[in-house]
Amino acid sequence: MLVRAEILGRQTVRALDEIGYAAALFAEALVWIFVGRRWGQPLRLSATVAQMLEIGIRALPIATLLAATVGIMLAIQSLYSLGLFGAQSFAHVGIALSVTREFSPLIIGILVAGRSGSALAARLGTMSINQEIDALQVIGINPVRFLVAPAMIAMLVMLPALTMWANLVALGAAGLYVSAALDISLAAYSAGTLEVLSPNDLAHGLGKSALFALLIALLGVVNGTRVEGGAVGIGRATTRSVVQAISAIVVTDMVFAFVATQ
Amino acid sequence: MDALQAPLIEVRNLSAHYGKEQVLFDVKLTVLEGEVMVIMGGSGSGKSTLLRHLLGLETPSAGQVLVLGRDMAKLRAWDQLALRRQMGVAFQGGALFSSLSVAENVKLPLRERGDLGERTMDIIARLKLEVVNLAGCGDMMPAELSGGMLKRAAVARAIALDPRLLFFDEPSAGLDPTVAAALDELILQLRQAMAMTIVVVTHEMDSAFKIADRITVLDRGRVLAVEPVERLLRSDNPRIQNLLNRRAEVPEIEAADYLRRLTGEA
Repeated sequence: MLVRAEILGRQTVRALDEIGYAAALFAEALVWIFVGRRWGQPLRLSATVAQMLEIGIRALPIATLLAATVGIMLAIQSLYSLGLFGAQSFAHVGIALSVTREFSPLIIGILVAGRSGSALAARLGTMSINQEIDALQVIGINPVRFLVAPAMIAMLVMLPALTMWANLVALGAAGLYVSAALDISLAAYSAGTLEVLSPNDLAHGLGKSALFALLIALLGVVNGTRVEGGAVGIGRATTRSVVQAISAIVVTDMVFAFVATQ
Repeated sequence: MDALQAPLIEVRNLSAHYGKEQVLFDVKLTVLEGEVMVIMGGSGSGKSTLLRHLLGLETPSAGQVLVLGRDMAKLRAWDQLALRRQMGVAFQGGALFSSLSVAENVKLPLRERGDLGERTMDIIARLKLEVVNLAGCGDMMPAELSGGMLKRAAVARAIALDPRLLFFDEPSAGLDPTVAAALDELILQLRQAMAMTIVVVTHEMDSAFKIADRITVLDRGRVLAVEPVERLLRSDNPRIQNLLNRRAEVPEIEAADYLRRLTGEA
């Protein structure tokens, strides 16, 4: 019993320590982004663009595939469940709202956490073990400005952008399926969808995706920079960053949905 | 060494901990301008921890580390970055950035200085690579270099900004004797040609005796001696003699005690 309490205590302290570290990293990254140029250490634009390419553009094929699949899956389920009440003509309402407010940010968040969050943790972990982060400091380069700020900006720009793309693809794919199934024109379906959607719904989804971006970037950095124990440690940190990011995304999603709908 | 030489590094009563474990105990050390100071000791003696404190990568539990007259732990982040530009480090594994070519690695400190054109940086990088005998290797990636080449490329990056202080972490570790000897020669050349003050952390005695003006011997986190090579060789301290003669310190165990341990009896 005492041992369990001790383990719980240690894990709580560690979790609080990591939250504090993440908050400090976030604050420091913001300082470098906004004040770095004045101190002669501006944000590295080329690195930021390279990360945006990696996080966003290279994820387009898989993001498109997932979004289209989710859109069609939602269409199938909506037509089936609404068909029980003879209300299939209202399918577009549920699809439009659930795609923009829920599914697109969630699917894209999980995709980017698995793809880019893990890559960030692995890269920083390797750099940490190879003393590259020490080398940066000794050269006189702040590692947060050099490594964290570009990743954070790239995530913050590309996650909402990918989410917006996923909205278009999922709604388009769902529209194709519903229009074929109900024998209505795609234009009629699209008009109905646009009528249902408000800027608020889009902002809800995009706001969530920006939050997810921050969580993925910070958890990748926290786990990557605290690697211990060589290759095994890097593997552990990578897994940890993905598991933590996905858990954080799902929990934040619920809290965000609750707060935003009150 | 000339007694009037200015100390570039002063370590005053430094103590350091990793968690609850104390790894450095009241370390006192002075590195004079222009000298090659070797910090020597066995595994776990605390020499890497001492180096990390000299580089300002760790904060002391107690005591002070003054580099170029300034207390690293008390400097604001910005001043610390500025001070570090007067220091160069060649880490044990090179610590080159794997995504950058060798030349780009050397140019990184120059680029971050922000006031040099691309052409000037190219010329400086080429010069530094020539100094370390890596002319023509600028376009190679770190993964394509051998162990010795990696270390020399790390030296080229460390001297890119012509630092006043140059640190080496285990320069000859993992190298064959010929390559290690060449690296020792390079260290001596750098001191002579560029008038640098050099601190080398190593456990290789042959290398230490060849390059050192003075040697600091660390043992279990404590400084045993800070002496010129000749005086150190004459030391009658048994621990120093053990280290110099490569004798392992095996704790004496009585037969009865040994039997008790084997059988697990209290």
